[in-house]
Amino acid sequence: MASEAKKVLLDPLFDNNPIALQVLGVCSALAVTTKLSTALIMCAALTAVTACSNASISMIRHHIPTNIRIIVQMTIIASLVIVVDQILQAYAYRMSKELSVFVGLIITNCIVLGRAEAYAMKNPAGLSFLDGIGNGLGYSLILIVVGTVRELIGSGSLLGYEILPLAANGGWYVPNGMMLLPPSAFFIIGLFIWALRTWKTAQVEKAEYQIHQVHRSGGM
Amino acid sequence: MREVVIALVPGILVYALVVHWGVLVQCLLAVLFALAAEAVMLRVRGLPVKLFLFDYSVIITALLYALCISPLTPWWINLCGILFAVMLVKHAYGGLGGNLFNPAMAGFVFVLLSFPADMNVWPAVYSLHSGSPGLLDTLALIFSGRDSIADIDAISAATPLTHMQSQLGGMNMIGEFTTDPRYGLVAGTGLEWVAITFLAAGLWLVFRKIIAWQMPATVIATLFLVSLVFYGFDAGVYASPLFHVFTVSTLLGAFFIVTDPVSSATTATGRLIFAAGVGLMTWVIRSWGAYPDGFAFAVLFMNALVPLLDHFTRPRVLGEAVDN
Repeated sequence: MASEAKKVLLDPLFDNNPIALQVLGVCSALAVTTKLSTALIMCAALTAVTACSNASISMIRHHIPTNIRIIVQMTIIASLVIVVDQILQAYAYRMSKELSVFVGLIITNCIVLGRAEAYAMKNPAGLSFLDGIGNGLGYSLILIVVGTVRELIGSGSLLGYEILPLAANGGWYVPNGMMLLPPSAFFIIGLFIWALRTWKTAQVEKAEYQIHQVHRSGGM
Repeated sequence: MREVVIALVPGILVYALVVHWGVLVQCLLAVLFALAAEAVMLRVRGLPVKLFLFDYSVIITALLYALCISPLTPWWINLCGILFAVMLVKHAYGGLGGNLFNPAMAGFVFVLLSFPADMNVWPAVYSLHSGSPGLLDTLALIFSGRDSIADIDAISAATPLTHMQSQLGGMNMIGEFTTDPRYGLVAGTGLEWVAITFLAAGLWLVFRKIIAWQMPATVIATLFLVSLVFYGFDAGVYASPLFHVFTVSTLLGAFFIVTDPVSSATTATGRLIFAAGVGLMTWVIRSWGAYPDGFAFAVLFMNALVPLLDHFTRPRVLGEAVDN
């Protein structure tokens, strides 16, 4: 059992990363990673929601009628997101303003619903909770990497502290404006996936195509 | 490919003589950086370096890229764009023949979006401005950056496209400010000669049957027709068709960039749609977009549509069923 717990907790980090392998939850990875601080808050929010929704759904999984299960799952997820949003507004108001709609949009984050549907509906509450934490951490890993690169290259700072002295303040570093635009996150996530699949070759997908041979000698 | 490089040389020389010699430095730097990046990537990918390094493909990429950026671009921006173009756009997608996007255009757009302030420093054309940056100023700009120049505005000047955009933004009508000497005969003093040189070189390539005439002709015709319609509609807000066509990026792009066999469509009909799309998007971005010139964006946009164009314009193979 302990090994199973370890597996659901740590697998989503590299072996089955929700963003890098399943390519879920990418929108928020583009939207909130301009600065590392917003990325970190988003990670905490999503991890909390996924873990709690997984646990709650798992507890009532035998009582949910199959044909309305998505509605039940969404209700639970939406309630949790509202709770997280209210907590942020109460204790981290400025951060909540910066994240604006993206906290609310956790409801539509595919990772949350994906884990509820794929894991929590079939497994006990404790493991489901750990699975939620694990997938939250997998999501966080990518967001932190992307947020670090984007803030460091795009603004020369990390968590608001200037790391690379900016040319505008008499230093040498000219910030790269494109890193502040959402498309740059695509490049970074792409490069991350490239690096990950070079390391873990089992994740490399089989090519879906092959060069089309029309003029094959001897006919089809 | 070697003849394409040779065809670019007269244009580069005219550019250096008429506009600013900094372009020679940019070309030299870009080619050196590109060869180094190409050699590294070929080595990493386990391909024969000697065989592929001097196939001129990467040299063409570097020269086209160097012609897009300002002659006064700092060396490290030049390097950033080349690295992006060669390592990510070209080799990460499978190297020569596999790249979805035109590397030179992608590299240019990458640095344009990344460093907008530094990319917007253009030299005043020699014949217009006594304050055209001299030897020391140019070298300082390229090798040490904008901050080493006391008064950047004294030695730089807006290009006709940039000037037009800012004037139109200031609610001036085209007839009021095109009397400015920078507009020259039709598309910019000095610059129009560079454009005509590229046109001549392009026609030579067509004559030598290295490129087909259909694509450049379609780009130019589309751009001309669209701008003619809107020019006829309101000549105060929309620039004349000749201005659009004789801008350097149009003629350089139509003959040397759109004709890239790798990143353009592969079918005959697809190529015509591709070229017409580039002409149309160029005009749209120039007239309504946030950036003064749209050629590079137009090429990248149409590059992204190539798989779709190829899919829908694939000719039927003899003997193949009609409804496939």
